[in-house]
Formats: sequence, structure tokens, C-alpha cells
Amino acid sequence: MTEAELFTRLNKIFRKVFDDSSITVTRRTTAKDIEDWDSLEHITLIGAVEREFKVKFTMKEVSSMKNVGEMADLIAARAK
Amino acid sequence: MISLTYPFDGKELFENKRSLRRELLADGSKRMTKRIAVLGGSTTNDFCKMMEIFLLDMGIAPVFYQSEYGQYAEDAMFGNPELDAFEPDLIYIHTSFRNLVKFLPKRGETAEGVDARFGEAYGQFEAIWKRLKEKFRCPIIQNNFEFPGYRLLGNRDAWDISGATRFVNRMNMAFADYAAAEDTFYINDIQFVSACYGLDKWLDDSVWYLYKYPCALEAIPHWAFNTVKIIKSLYGKNKKVLALDLDNTLWGGVVGDDGVDGIEIGSENATAECFKAFQTYVKEQKQLGVMLTVASKNDLQNALDGLNHPDGVLRPEEFIVIKADWENKDRNLMQTAAEMNLGVDSFVFADDNPTERALVKANVPGIAVPEMDPPHDYIRILDRNGYFEATVISEDDIKRNEMYKANAERAQAELSFGDYTEYLLSLNMQGEILPFPEVYMSRITQLTNKSNQFNLTTRRYTEDEIRAAASDGEHIALYGKLVDRFGDNGVVSVVIGKKEGEDLHMELWLMSCRVLKKDMEFAMLDQVVAKAKEQGIERIVGYYYPTAKNNMVRELYGKFGFTKIREDEEGNTVWELLTEGYQKQNHVIRINGGELS
Repeated sequence: MTEAELFTRLNKIFRKVFDDSSITVTRRTTAKDIEDWDSLEHITLIGAVEREFKVKFTMKEVSSMKNVGEMADLIAARAK
Repeated sequence: MISLTYPFDGKELFENKRSLRRELLADGSKRMTKRIAVLGGSTTNDFCKMMEIFLLDMGIAPVFYQSEYGQYAEDAMFGNPELDAFEPDLIYIHTSFRNLVKFLPKRGETAEGVDARFGEAYGQFEAIWKRLKEKFRCPIIQNNFEFPGYRLLGNRDAWDISGATRFVNRMNMAFADYAAAEDTFYINDIQFVSACYGLDKWLDDSVWYLYKYPCALEAIPHWAFNTVKIIKSLYGKNKKVLALDLDNTLWGGVVGDDGVDGIEIGSENATAECFKAFQTYVKEQKQLGVMLTVASKNDLQNALDGLNHPDGVLRPEEFIVIKADWENKDRNLMQTAAEMNLGVDSFVFADDNPTERALVKANVPGIAVPEMDPPHDYIRILDRNGYFEATVISEDDIKRNEMYKANAERAQAELSFGDYTEYLLSLNMQGEILPFPEVYMSRITQLTNKSNQFNLTTRRYTEDEIRAAASDGEHIALYGKLVDRFGDNGVVSVVIGKKEGEDLHMELWLMSCRVLKKDMEFAMLDQVVAKAKEQGIERIVGYYYPTAKNNMVRELYGKFGFTKIREDEEGNTVWELLTEGYQKQNHVIRINGGELS
């Protein structure tokens, strides 16, 4: 999976969870950039990402992810 | 929209909460507003969001109050100005085993010590319920407890006085006793729902540690759905009527074709047992006040014969309305509702046939149409959907059947409904109408020996005769196969005509009843005429020989545009059609890969 493919799939998940087809995420996207991305929606988002990529983040990873780039790196590392 | 009917996909629902909510709010339906206070022993946010979706789907628009994290007892016992101002219509106490942990007995404690702990745990809850009742005078829903995630004592945990498993059971029993004695207090049976879901999947410790949710995220929709069943039943949103198909829904087989002796119901084999169990379940529902009707494509007499089967459980008189005819089921259900003076949105339609279900779902607003498949799951599918959730059981419920039966006998409304052609086009039907190929010889032979209802001459053939008709050059013999967007119906029609000079005499014309009202018969006729013309036939002669079962096709040739040329005292009729100038009559099925005509 290339980084571009990974982001295409991630983007699809973000659009679904936030029900907003205008979202385009980059490595630098954080919760501040998406209006509805609060700690409660973060739960749904993590669950949806885990299901899409068939990965499971550790509890530590879930609590410490700072931006979409870090999320993408974790996925890329797992998906190998 | 994603299905909100059991068996739904919890993960899918959970991830699509936002779009589901948006779609439901935009569907233009009228809803009652209810104020629901959720006093949580855990995070409650996503529970409320999922409850909202199910409630919106059932005609209720909820407004929620949610206590701060874990503050269920504090809110109830010490009051909270925000909660007071909220003036709830209903209070839901959302606790789980996680809230019981601090009360659990310690290993080696005496019986008295354990009783004291139980008294403390249960006492806290009872005090909460009493205080809330006094203050708010509204219905209260209380979760009972799921089993613990581990058993310190192994199997002994279930019986030892200090076992956590035993403690959970004891608490749940005490909750049940309180509910049985109180009018407006209801148990949300999480012990059952978590068992159905599977405890190991239900419990996900990581989401407790991370977010303080007491179950896996994808289990939240199941938990919420179970809660909503109680809420909607309290606000009159239960379904009232179970409308049942007959063939392969209440018994195995097709009574019109197999005869009453040929259908499977009773105890002679697995299929028969399975349908008997389903009839028993339906009868038990009726005894709780659910009203039963029939929506079946059958001749009435066949339907009644099937319902009078000696090994059956349900009897014709137990149904308020029996519609057994050849009308479309959406129409039939609307008529039944009108005769009973009920909204059709209070109906559940149970039918094994996905095409019938799709038709009804598309054309009957608000009706519940569960996916009835396979037969041994019928009970579970109806049961888990909670259409008739018996939160309150009244005398009226029990008598309701008689009352409606009388009403139904009064009213006979004729309803006009829907654009049927559009529905047929939406099925994207593909037909294959060709001479008999080798692979279908036995299926075609079998059809000629089995079909009784849509069968003009009821002539039976051996496989050799079928082969002869296919190859001797004296016959035009075609089979028809129909596929629609729900799947392949297989070979459903067979016609055989014998050529004599410029005439073609139709010795056989049959079709399976599962493709009735799909215009397949017209597609067959178009192909017969085309083939006949190719071979210089000028006149097609049709025969109808009445039997006890084929009344439905008495006028078929008339409908086809044939002219009746003879009729005898037994009702045998002969018809003719000139091939010259014939116009195609099927406009909804693409034949042999061609375009619609």
C-alpha cells in the first residue's frame, strides 16, 4: 500500500465518520482542523480506522496520536 | 439507508451515525418529542446517539439529558438543578457490572458479610429508584447486569457465596422482583443481550480503560436497540399485526402445487418440525395480543386447506383477515389495514420471498419487513426485532384479536395503489427463452409433473417425450428462465406447441407461481409468436382444461389477446390468435440479452 492509497482510504473514513464530503486530510491534519473532531468523535474515528485497515492500536497509541500523519505511520507499520 | 432491522451490522451503524441521523431527520416524517434523562455509570454519549437513531426510525424524536460521567447515584440522590429543569418524560439508569465491582464480596467472607454487601449494593439502587419516582413521577428504565469478564473461582463462581457470578445473578433477581412489583419500572435485560452477542465480544476492556465505555463500540448499537424497544413500546410504537405469507413461511412447500398432503408441517422430518415450531411461536404471540393476518398468493381454498392441515398449530379462524388471492401483496396489505381500521405502519410482514419483501418495503410506508431467511431462524428474527415488545400486558391486548376480527368483517375497502410497471422495471429482469438444451431436460420434465396452478392443460410428460418435443421438428418447444436483481429464479416456464400445417396447437403452457405478475407469461408469448412466424405458422390455437387448481389461468388466453372459439359444458375452452400483425406485449423483461421492446 502506497502512502497515497493509504490516504485515500483514510480520507474515506473521515468523510464517513464526520458525514462531511468536503474533508481532505493530510499528514498535518489535527483535531483542530475538523470542526466536529472532539474527544467523543475520536472514539468512533479510531474504531472505524481500525476496522478499515484491520489493525488494532494499542491504548497508548490511541491516547498519544497527535495528527493524521502519526496515525498513517502506525497503520503503514502494521499493514506490512 | 443502512438497515436498522435485526440482524443489523453494529459496526456499520456505529460508524455512520451522523449520516443516518441526517437522513432520518430529512425523511419528512412526523415524530413525537420525548425528554429522556440518562443517568450513567459510564460514558453515555454514543449510547444516546445510537438510541436517537433507532428512536427516530420508530417515530420518536428524543431530547437527552446526560449526567456527568458516572454520576448516576449523585444525580438521583442529591438532585441536580439541570436535571430538575429538564423535566424528563422518562429516566434511564445506565449502569453495568463496572458499577458493581466496588460492592463485590471478598474471598473468605462469611454469609452475613456477603449479605451485608448485597444489601448495600441493592439498597443503593432501590433508594435511587424511589427517590426518582417521588421526584419525577415518570417511567424508569434500569439496566440489569452482564456477567463478569472473568471467574476468579472458575465454575465455582456461579454458586459460591463470594462468587461474582452468583452476586450478579442475585442482583438481577432482586431487580426483577422490584420490577414485578412496580407499575412504571422496567428492566433493560443486558444479561440477555450480552449473552446473545457473546460475552467475549461484548466486553472490550480497552474501551473501558480508554473511554469508560462498558462494552465494545460495535456492541453499543445492540445495547441501544434493546433499550429503545422498551421506550417505543411505552409510547405506543409497538407493531400490532403480524401479516404472514403461507407457502414456505408457515409451512414447507407450495400447497397449490404439492397439495395439502405434500406440504411440510408437523413432526415427520426436520423441515416439518421447524415450521411447526414457527407456527407455535406465532400462536403464542397471538395469545399475547398480536393480531394475525394472511397475505398469500394462493387460491383461497388451497390456503384454507393448508391452514387446516392436521399437524398444523394455527387454524384459519385465528386470522383476522385472510387474503389468499393473486393480487399484489402491497395492495393486499393496504386493503387489510383499511379493513381493520389500522395504519399499515402497525404491520409486520413476514415472507420468505425476497421479491415480495422488496415490493412491500418499497410501496407500503412504515411497514416492518424483516429478512425472513432461513426458516429455522424465523423465530429469532422476529423475536430480536422486538416488534411486539410486551412491556405492558393488558386485558385489552388479549381481547384485541376478537375486536379487530369483527371490525374487519365490516369493512371492505378497495384501494388503488402505486405504479406497478415502475416496480417491474426496477427489478432489472433478464429472461432467457430458448429451445430446450440438454442440461434442462430433467428440470423441464419435473416442472411438467409438478406445476398445477399456472398450467393450462396440466399435461404430464416423461423425459423422453420432452426430448422428442425438443428435437423431432414437429414441435415448437421453449423454456423460460428469469433472473432479477435479487437472484436467479431458474427455469420457470415451459411451453410446447405441435405444428399442424399452418397451425400451432399449444399442448402445454405452464409457469411457476414464484414469478407471477412479472409479465413473464407475455415474454413467453412474444417468443412463441416470433418462432411460429419464422416457421410459417399463421394461427396459434390455445387450450384450457380446468382442474381443481388451475382456476387462475382460466382467462389467460383472453388476456393474451386470443379469441375464444369453443367452450364445452365442462368449461374446456379453445382459443385462437393470428400471428399476422402481432405486437409484442412484454416491455419489462430483457430477453436473451436484447433490449426492452
